[in-house]
Amino acid sequence: MTVKYTKDHEWVRVDGDVATIGISNFAQGQLGDVVFVELPEAGRVLEQGKEAAVVESVKAASDVYCPVSGTVTEANQALVDDPSLANSAPETDGWFFKVTLSDPSQLDALMDEAAYAAFVEESH
Amino acid sequence: MTDSTEAIKTTALHALHVELGARMVPFAGYDMPVQYPLGILKEHQHTRDKAGLFDVSHMGQVRLKPIASAGVDPAAALETLVPGDIKGLAVGRTRYTLFLNEQGGILDDLMVTNAGDHLFLVVNAACKEQDIAHLRSKLAGLVEVEYLADLALLALQGPLAAEVMARFVPEAATMPFMSCRSAQFNGVPVTLTRSGYTGEDGYELSCPNDAAEAIARALLAEAEVEAIGLGARDSLRLEAGLCLYGHDIDTTTTPVDGALEWTLPKRRRAEGGFPGHAIIVQQLADGASRRRVGIQPEGRQPAREHTDILDADGTKIGEITSGGFGPTAGAPVAMGYVDRAHAAVGTPLTLMVRGKPLPARVAALPFVPQRYYRG
Repeated sequence: MTVKYTKDHEWVRVDGDVATIGISNFAQGQLGDVVFVELPEAGRVLEQGKEAAVVESVKAASDVYCPVSGTVTEANQALVDDPSLANSAPETDGWFFKVTLSDPSQLDALMDEAAYAAFVEESH
Repeated sequence: MTDSTEAIKTTALHALHVELGARMVPFAGYDMPVQYPLGILKEHQHTRDKAGLFDVSHMGQVRLKPIASAGVDPAAALETLVPGDIKGLAVGRTRYTLFLNEQGGILDDLMVTNAGDHLFLVVNAACKEQDIAHLRSKLAGLVEVEYLADLALLALQGPLAAEVMARFVPEAATMPFMSCRSAQFNGVPVTLTRSGYTGEDGYELSCPNDAAEAIARALLAEAEVEAIGLGARDSLRLEAGLCLYGHDIDTTTTPVDGALEWTLPKRRRAEGGFPGHAIIVQQLADGASRRRVGIQPEGRQPAREHTDILDADGTKIGEITSGGFGPTAGAPVAMGYVDRAHAAVGTPLTLMVRGKPLPARVAALPFVPQRYYRG
C-alpha cells in the first residue's frame, strides 16, 4: 500500500484500484479545530484537482481537492458525525472519502512521504 | 486600512506570545496571536469555564484632558462626537459608545471611562489613528488628546477571572461591571476596568508596556488561566452578540440599523448635539430599512461573513456580517443585516453557502447568556 501527497496537502492511500483520500497532519494543524465536513456522495465522478469536499474549522472554510480522478465509492460517515477526527486522526480514522481510480498513472506525479515532508519543510 | 508596505508593529507581549508557541498573524497592523497550541476551540471553552488572558494592546488608549484656558468639560466636548451620555458618567464608571459621522454612520465603537481629572478612551486598533485624528481635528483647542502609546492592555475574562484578579488586586473582587479604578498589581500602577468583550465577567488591565510581560506571566502562572488568542476572542464575542467594528458595524450602518438603540439615551435623543442626530431620530420614529439580527443556521455547517441571505421567494434580503461555529452554543452562529420585514426572531431565512441553500432562522442575541458581575 502506498501513500502519496499533493501540494494542497491531501493524502491518497491506494489499495488495489481503490484510493482513500484525506487531509495531511500538517493540513489539519494549519486549519485548526475542524467543526464540519461536507463529503461527496457515493457515485459522484471526481476529476483530479477539482473541489471534492469542504472542511470548515472554527476559523475558516477550505476546499479539499481530489488528488486523483475516480468515482466515489464511500464517504466517511464517522467523520461527518465527529469532524474532530480530522484533527485527532487525520491520516487514519479521519479519512474523507474513497474512489475507484480511473487513471492510476496520475499517482506517479504525486509526492511520496519523504518528498512531502521536504515540501512542507521548504514551504513553511 | 494599514499600508502593507508599512512595517508590522508588535505589542509589549510579542516575545511572550512567540515563547508560548502562538501562531502569529497580521491584524490591524500588528503581529498578533490568533491561537496558542491549545487551539481556538479549547481556548474558547477554557474562557467560558475558567479564565483566559488576552493581549489587546493593539487597541488604542487615549486620554482626553481639559485645557485650562479653554474651560471646556471634556465630557461635553466628547458628546459632540458620540451619542452616549458622557456628561452623566460618574467618576470611576465606564460606558460603551460610538463615534458617528454626519449621516449617523458608525466611525468606530469605543469604551469611555470617567477617570476624574480626564476621560480614558479605548478604541479599536484598526481605527485608532483615524479616531485620534478625528478627536484632534474636531476638538482642537477644546481638549487635549493624548495617545497613550506607552501603555499595554490585557484582558482577563471568564467566570474565575475575579477570583484570580483578587489574588493580586483584592479590591477587584467587588468592582461592579463597567467600573474602573486605579490599583497596584505586584507594585505596578495599573488601571483596572471590569469589562471585556467575551460576554463573561472579567477585567481589562492597562499598564505600562515595560510591566506588561511580568503581569501577564504572573496571571498565566495561576492554575485557572490560559493564554487566549484572537481566534477565540472572535468566537466568544460573536456568541455574546457583540459587534466587531468593520464587520457588523461600519460607516454605512447607524446605531438603529445595528440594533444598538441602547447606546442612545433619552437625553441625547431629545437634545441632539451629536453627528447624524436628525437621521437617527427619524429612524427611531420610523424604523430603519434593515436591522442587525442573530442568525441560527440549521445543522452543523457554519455560514461565514458575506454569505447572502434570501427570503422564502429567493430574493436577497441581506448579508451575514459575522459567522462561524460557536463552541459553547455547539452549533454554527452568525449575525447579519436583513430587511426590516424579516427581522423578527424566528423568521425563516435561506443562506446561500457555497452555492447551496442552507435553512436558518432569525435568532435572539446573545447566543450564550452574558454573565457580567452586577455586584
